[in-house]
Amino acid sequence: MQLVGVRGVAKVFANGVKALDGASLDIEAGEFLSVLGPSGCGKSTLLRLIAGLTPASAGTIEWPAGKPDLGFVFQEPTLMPWATALANVELPLKLGGVARSEREARAAEALDHVGLAGFERTWPRELSGGMKMRVSIARALVTRPKLLLMDEPFAALDEITRRRLNTDLLELWQRTRFTAVFVTHSVFESVFLSQRIAVMSTRPGRVLSELAIPAPYPRTEAFGTSAEYAALCRLASAQLSEAMAA
Amino acid sequence: MTARFIAPAVMGLLMLVLWEAIVRLAEIPPYVLPGPVAVARTLVADWGMLAPALGVTLTITLEALAAAVIVGVLLAVLFSLSRWVELSLFPYAIILQVTPIVAIAPLIIAWANDVDLSLLICAWLVAFFPILSNTILGLRSVDHNLLALFELYGAGRWKTLIYLRLPAALPYFLGGLRISGGLALIGAVVAEFVAGTGGNASGLAYRILEAGYQLRIPRMFAALVLISAAGIAIYLLLSLLSHLLLRRWHESAIGPEE
Repeated sequence: MQLVGVRGVAKVFANGVKALDGASLDIEAGEFLSVLGPSGCGKSTLLRLIAGLTPASAGTIEWPAGKPDLGFVFQEPTLMPWATALANVELPLKLGGVARSEREARAAEALDHVGLAGFERTWPRELSGGMKMRVSIARALVTRPKLLLMDEPFAALDEITRRRLNTDLLELWQRTRFTAVFVTHSVFESVFLSQRIAVMSTRPGRVLSELAIPAPYPRTEAFGTSAEYAALCRLASAQLSEAMAA
Repeated sequence: MTARFIAPAVMGLLMLVLWEAIVRLAEIPPYVLPGPVAVARTLVADWGMLAPALGVTLTITLEALAAAVIVGVLLAVLFSLSRWVELSLFPYAIILQVTPIVAIAPLIIAWANDVDLSLLICAWLVAFFPILSNTILGLRSVDHNLLALFELYGAGRWKTLIYLRLPAALPYFLGGLRISGGLALIGAVVAEFVAGTGGNASGLAYRILEAGYQLRIPRMFAALVLISAAGIAIYLLLSLLSHLLLRRWHESAIGPEE
């Protein structure tokens, strides 16, 4: 079932920069899709357009089954420094008018799902970069959204932390089966995570090609070192080079 | 930590000893420059007269500061909610700020027709601008992604204000408050001086004027010591308040290796 249809979308900013031009993309319900492209190709803008945070200059975004609840994870953890981990995760529920006791229970559960049980009363400044990102993911998932949009969420983290978060994210996705749209500029990350990769051109961005990653889940360390993985990375890399040359 | 207190204390003590020594050795008469011992003695002897004066000045200062907080924060919130209100009013706030209070104090005193009220207005005029400008800066210094997040979850202006903009502005507001605390005292004293020349005031500044006319220089110094002490106390109290409110989360209240 199709969840989102992006149809020939363009975005021109007030300063005249054309971020997107004729971008089209279908997103299936329940899939894990990566959007791969070079820096500044309009990937983030595409994500914001889908989220409804900014209007398109041309084209439409269709929701055949209606616009569902969605979660958004930014490149930075984007936590409120004056609130504990629990209060940060509670925020979407609080803004949605959920009663205090229920939202505390659900926020604690969401923290537990990202491996942060016991850190409810911790302040953001006391958490490491990876843990802050986990809080951010818990906050995005606390409303149990059908669609989770992630804008290079692990780009600022070190390699070891990123690997663990990738594995944990996949586990969460398999357990809860939200639709995941993961923006990245890393070929390796996109191949490891997703079922399908949409490759974008340089600015003004549009989706130039798509690549299916047929490997089964759960994907583990073993998949990350397999010949199949290496071959798929080569393929994705070639498509990315093509997209950048186009 | 201890060096922070011992170093200035030793320095201050040395200066006082030096001051007393110079006054005694050069036999400077007290109506030119009283030594610290004479000032301390006067402070004790005149306490019955100076304490109520201190009370009057402090009352005006604190009332003015409270009014500055209320008006400053309300205006800042209003400005942040409406670009048009800000564009129309902010230049006048600046004009109020840059006009020397000594120059308009006589007018205010003549118009208000009530000494306490006019002093309050003067002190408030001096104190409110740092709170206004700092709070505006704080309300605007919100993480753009957090704003996007609030928009995503359908939070309206009010929820965004209460749960996001106001907490984000708190450190800036507290910075402004610390400046305004001192300024409210200065405003109160300056206004008392202006009002005092008309002979109808009872605060510390008026006592200084009065002592000056009577050539009671030690009393002038004693009153001056009280004003300084009041200013330092206000600053320390506001710093403590700021620390208590921010120690959990803001960089300014957290040591580098905590």
